Amino acid sequence: MAELQLREAIRAAMVEEMDRDEDVFLMGEEVAEYNGAYKVSEGMRDRYGDRRVIDTPISENGFAGLGLGAAMDGLRPIIEFMTWNFAFVAMDQIINNAAKIRYMSGGQFSFPIVFRGPNGAAGQLAATHNTSVEALYSCFPGLKVISISNPDDAKGLLKSAIRDDDPVVFLESEFMYGMRGEVSDAEDYIIPIGKARVAREGDAVTIIGHNKSYWRALEAADMLKADGYAAEVIDPRTIRPLDWETVLASVRKTNRCVIVDESNPFASVSSEIAFQIQARAFDDLDAPLKRVTAKDTPAPYAKNLIEYYLPSAEDVYRACREVMYLD
Amino acid sequence: MALMMKPAVSGNGRPEASFETIETRLTFRNYPGDRFTHSDLGLSVADVGDIYRNMLLQRRFEERSAQMYGRQKIGGFLHLYIGQEAISTGSVYALKPGLDSAITAYRDHGLALALGMSSNECMAELFGRADGCSKGKGGSMHFFSKEKRMFGGHGIVGAHIPLATGIAFAHQYRNDGGVCVCYLGDGAVWQGSFHEALNLASLYKLPVVYVIENNQYAMGTAVDRAAAETDLFKQGISYAMRGSLVDGMDVLSVCQAMRDHVELARQGEPSLVEIRTYRYRGHSMSDPGKYRTKEELEAKKNEDPILRLKSYVMENQLMKNDEMDAIDEEVKAEVAASVVFAEESPFPPLEAIYEDVYTQKNYPFLKY
Repeated sequence: MAELQLREAIRAAMVEEMDRDEDVFLMGEEVAEYNGAYKVSEGMRDRYGDRRVIDTPISENGFAGLGLGAAMDGLRPIIEFMTWNFAFVAMDQIINNAAKIRYMSGGQFSFPIVFRGPNGAAGQLAATHNTSVEALYSCFPGLKVISISNPDDAKGLLKSAIRDDDPVVFLESEFMYGMRGEVSDAEDYIIPIGKARVAREGDAVTIIGHNKSYWRALEAADMLKADGYAAEVIDPRTIRPLDWETVLASVRKTNRCVIVDESNPFASVSSEIAFQIQARAFDDLDAPLKRVTAKDTPAPYAKNLIEYYLPSAEDVYRACREVMYLD
Repeated sequence: MALMMKPAVSGNGRPEASFETIETRLTFRNYPGDRFTHSDLGLSVADVGDIYRNMLLQRRFEERSAQMYGRQKIGGFLHLYIGQEAISTGSVYALKPGLDSAITAYRDHGLALALGMSSNECMAELFGRADGCSKGKGGSMHFFSKEKRMFGGHGIVGAHIPLATGIAFAHQYRNDGGVCVCYLGDGAVWQGSFHEALNLASLYKLPVVYVIENNQYAMGTAVDRAAAETDLFKQGISYAMRGSLVDGMDVLSVCQAMRDHVELARQGEPSLVEIRTYRYRGHSMSDPGKYRTKEELEAKKNEDPILRLKSYVMENQLMKNDEMDAIDEEVKAEVAASVVFAEESPFPPLEAIYEDVYTQKNYPFLKY
């Protein structure tokens, strides 16, 4: 096992796939000459040249669509958004073209493309730079949505995403790019899309969290451990399609569930998980589900407010104690 | 001593204008009607007959679809191309079949037929049947054919222009010598996607021709009510792109213009063509057309590209009357047969609703 930063794991996945498949290329703002706004693509232009690592003007709608046109004719683009906040102007391309043209063409044209970049809160950047988009893109059949929480998953899942023949929205995090973690050095390390990871086994309560929220879930599980309770922690890893079997099996074992999701609460990933659990495991529940989300407001700038806005480990811990009827 | 500087160049390699040397760096060509004969274009009489047949097929197919729409055999929107056939046919005759690519907006029946998609699969698609070109999942606005390199049929105004740019990127990336032709309406020029796409194409020197089919109205809004600059071909100036103006009622002018522009693209120079045309029918079937006068419409009908080619053939005694009539009969029969084919084609089975969403075969769709 090698220890890599998250950014290095993502880069390793791109490099391995570009080495094995000439049709894979990387395009985005500052990916080439500048070596990546967050240094994810550092050194890649030197390795592959301007033909395969391509800087763009600030035209997200244009280059997202360019990637889709190239994919429609069989290339396998990786389109980097500097952040997913900037991809709102490209939503027409992603939602109307990436998700729907395969269907409208009766399956004639598919889109082997990955749109990747950091998602969710990234500090004191105020409301427009702190959006969580996983629920938005997960609304649309035709897309697959992956949200990673650690370097190992990042590498294995990004390699899968690049090889997948369907369009994948791949969500990273500015806060986690520098995070180090063990990454499998198995040759051609692949993690299948659509499989959740049971990060910690337990019987007292199921805590579900993806991306940064996974770490809040894990911290809360540690706090519960100090109280003498074993929480089961699940990282869905893929949001669409979500691995319902793993989630439901866990809830059937623990009979209690807390969902951590740093999105705004309305129609979020936590909403859908809660609906599916009540529809499919109602009789297994010993307490109503709880969720911990961002506040139902735009993200604020002030340090104390943004900290208050986001789910904390303490919030998750308290929610767990409530569903366990401890308080 | 003057500061030694390397000559400034713009993104696409052209010299950058300076305060001393402001100049017009872009050339425009003019392709008016009646300028070119078929011999100028190196077309045989048989080619002229094929071109006539190709345009007439689109006309008759759409007349019949309008009728079927009235009988409620066709649902949704139906945007007819009638009047614009010289553009689809004239430009398709400038392309290399099987290599070059084409993509258009929602007024797509004409281009599909011009590219050689069958009347049967097109009519069946309008009827929403399993044998339709898109298996009954796309309808009028979403004709596709991978085999003919027809990349759609797109319903969102302007959204396909970046796709065209990407298809051209794929031609360049593979260095296969192919060109992508992107058709768009005059209304699409005012979408940001048009401007982003043209800049990207020029910056990367992609083999693409953007063709504005200026039929004078974006739905019901006349060009001069939407455009600050009504010479739409001039939009290329900002993107260091050459542009031409073409009479879209003369198929020979369109063909010559498109040959020139496709050749530019093949040499790695993207460009912009504005083809002035006119649609004789409403924007869609529900359009009463109150934004234009009957006199205007009647006057334009005198320029009908199909009648014009017919007169050209007659005046130059290229074909006999009965030869032309035989083409008319053949086209009529093909279209009539397509209606029978569409009627007899089954509706898609309900299970098909989950097919073609993903390439993944066992995708776990939510059913709760």
